[in-house]
Amino acid sequence: MQARGGSHFGDRAFQWLTLLMALSVFALIVLIGYELADGSRLALHKFGWHFLVSSDWDPVNEQFGAVPFIFGTLVSSLIALIIAVPISIATAVYLTELAPLWLRQPLIMFIELLAAVPSVILGLWGIFVMVPWLRDHLFPWLQNTLGFLPFFKGPIYGVSMLAGGIIVAIMIIPIITSVSREILRSVPGLQREAAYALGATRWEVTRIAVLSYAKKGLFGAVILGLGRALGETMAVTMVIGNRPEIAKSLFAPGYTLASVIANEFTEATTDTHLSALFEIGLVLLGVTVLVNALAQLLLKTFAGPGVKPQN
Amino acid sequence: MTAPNHSWRKFKNALMQAVTLMCAILVVAPLVLVFYHLLKEGFSSVNWAFFTQLPKPVGESGGGMANAIVGTFILLGQAAVLGVPIGVLGGVFLSEYGSSRLNWWIRFTADVLNGVPSITWGMVVYALVVVPMKGFSALAGGIVLGLMMIPLVMRTTEEVLQLVPNGYREAALALGIAKWRTIVQIVMRTALKGIVTGVLLALARVAGETAPLLFTALGNRFWTHKLTDPIAAMPLQIFEYAKSPYNDWHRQAWAGALVLLLLVLFVNAGVRVLTRDRFQKQS
Amino acid sequence: MNPTMTPGEEKTIPQTRRESKDESREPVPNVQRSTLDPRPSTASTDTALTVRNLSVFFGDNHVLKSVSLDIAARAVTAIIGPSGCGKSTFLRALNRMHELVPEARMTGEIRLFGDDIYAPGIEPVIVRRRVGMVFQKSNPFPTMSINDNVTVGLRLNGLRDRKLLAERTEQSLRMAALWDEVKDRLHAAAISLSGGQQQRLCIARALAVQPEVLLMDEPASALDPLATSKIEDLILELKKDYTIVIVTHNMQQAARMSDFTAFFYLGDLVEFDTTRKIFTSPAKKQTEDYVTGRFG
Repeated sequence: MQARGGSHFGDRAFQWLTLLMALSVFALIVLIGYELADGSRLALHKFGWHFLVSSDWDPVNEQFGAVPFIFGTLVSSLIALIIAVPISIATAVYLTELAPLWLRQPLIMFIELLAAVPSVILGLWGIFVMVPWLRDHLFPWLQNTLGFLPFFKGPIYGVSMLAGGIIVAIMIIPIITSVSREILRSVPGLQREAAYALGATRWEVTRIAVLSYAKKGLFGAVILGLGRALGETMAVTMVIGNRPEIAKSLFAPGYTLASVIANEFTEATTDTHLSALFEIGLVLLGVTVLVNALAQLLLKTFAGPGVKPQN
Repeated sequence: MTAPNHSWRKFKNALMQAVTLMCAILVVAPLVLVFYHLLKEGFSSVNWAFFTQLPKPVGESGGGMANAIVGTFILLGQAAVLGVPIGVLGGVFLSEYGSSRLNWWIRFTADVLNGVPSITWGMVVYALVVVPMKGFSALAGGIVLGLMMIPLVMRTTEEVLQLVPNGYREAALALGIAKWRTIVQIVMRTALKGIVTGVLLALARVAGETAPLLFTALGNRFWTHKLTDPIAAMPLQIFEYAKSPYNDWHRQAWAGALVLLLLVLFVNAGVRVLTRDRFQKQS
Repeated sequence: MNPTMTPGEEKTIPQTRRESKDESREPVPNVQRSTLDPRPSTASTDTALTVRNLSVFFGDNHVLKSVSLDIAARAVTAIIGPSGCGKSTFLRALNRMHELVPEARMTGEIRLFGDDIYAPGIEPVIVRRRVGMVFQKSNPFPTMSINDNVTVGLRLNGLRDRKLLAERTEQSLRMAALWDEVKDRLHAAAISLSGGQQQRLCIARALAVQPEVLLMDEPASALDPLATSKIEDLILELKKDYTIVIVTHNMQQAARMSDFTAFFYLGDLVEFDTTRKIFTSPAKKQTEDYVTGRFG
């Protein structure tokens, strides 16, 4: 009887302990939100909604507006998505539907390793290899061929909004690819067989049976990629140029929410400046949490617990 | 017999094969290029001094990253102490206890947390640890990395625990073994390899984090003797050197990046080889 | 209709064929041992599928062992046998669906109205266009409407004419005995249909491309009795125009619907004869045991 009582206590204690640990995720999300809101109290009080519509960022005169950073974050993320989405989904299709079997495992391994490359290393490569190449080759070529568009006008520095977008694309491609791959893999084999039995080619099977079935999940994968793109910090900071301007040209330097925090946080001399940076963080958090929540909802309702999206 | 558009369909099939293959090559290319340049620029600077000496002041060539390498491991050690128990036990709850509704919310929140930008984690720990302690510290750096590990470890632990067949649990419970002992001694034992894999991958992931360390660990050009002092870390050092205008420091940055990348890739490739059976069965 | 398919003059209960037109042909090894002439004859002179020495391997697994038989045109041939006997594999080899399994290999020969479907240069895509298939679980494309599900095969083949597509849709849905139930909501989602309706939709989808042979892999096993009987009626109706090969677990179903029955066991074709013969006086003890429910 005693042993039973003891194990009963042990069971209760263990269950409570694990519950407490599991609940820590709620505590963490609340904590993050609270600390950022708390830190930005001064700026919220001083600037109010003006913060979100003003494009002045002048630490010397204590004028702070987030618009250039919101603009830079959105534009660089958009560029990244435009590059990354077709490439990632095509790669996922290749890996699950079209590639010869012997090639699949090694390619998957490569892509997972790419996902593991730290942002700062990609940034280092970005500054010293990618940006000079863009400056000397790709950008002049773009200007010559598409120069009539406002996006490709103006002086070329190398470090630029476009360079930032490209490096973010490289960072989010492995994530979108591997989540898309999971999604495609979870399409029932019967769907493929139905198409094959009609005499469809491999590509037709992919198009009519696989891609249309997986549409919603793939959308979730893209939104997840967007969430990562918005919050990407180091690599972008190193190649985007860090100038709080709103320029039409993609060759002009830009600045993102995450980069301005990374660059100015430890150098902020006034409380207002620090608080404005906290508010930038709050904006960033709000946007990324919303986007990630949407992505998770899409992924989780796509196929239930069968699909386990990667991080 | 052949449909009129047959050759067009065949062509389109071949075309899409080629296009998607090109995309796959494009995806892999950056990894190859990054690795190539790291080897080219960094390999010559990875020498004995790199692992054993402190950074030299500007103008003096040579020196190393010994303090940053040690610093990274100290930070990871602290992160593991904080993140692993919470993450693993939380994963146990998700897999073994709870209601499907509560667990759905926990999973959802953990997945959203995994998407929180690392820089905001840094700000939070700055406000939470650095401000009250009135200074940047190794402790703050360890805490931020540890907190970031929690949702990562929780989800992977849950996944591997759910791979343990239910028969094991039932067999142990039928022998009259208490549920918590069943979980610890049977279920977790069985999944131990998977749990360790998950922890290692999470460590490899946070090992490369730079942004959250900027305002917590801060960086240090010397040895750190107390956890309450700022500490160097490899990613921080790489960032610092990459921003600098000095060629010597650029070389150090390449060398540091090469070593850090090898470390991260080694862990990633290692655990994948070790757990290959599991992964292949799934595919 | 397909030009190679000549209409059978009359359809009677098949009798043993002695005056076989191809005496010269190698006799069928497995079955030959059991009866003098194993190939059941049909009153209709056509043979839709000629299978000779068909072996299928999955990796090192020898799943089908040198199977030879003739499948009569415009008749229902049932494939029976316990699980794992290779009957599904046999069915899938008939339209090269087994090739979707990565390590699958085959030897032997299958001719579809005389055309070697494994000849070099013949692509599975073309074979499957001629030999349609219906699966155990209904698998309409969930993102498509009822109408699009029926026409998808035709559209793949480049048919764009709306009028023609509409005609074919109606024709196929009528043949699948689904038209009256769905004619007012052709643009509704396919998954809004009931399980039995979905399966008939899949049959309509397969019929729309006008295949010469229709393969059915336990098409009614996931359905309730009412839906099952509808499918069975449909099959009996379809055999007037189509050659049907059906895999089934259900002995009564095989007895009710088929003209010929092949009994497979552990990858061997044990016995192949008219359904009446198989169910009343089988030549082999194994067959008798199986059809009377003593094993399997």
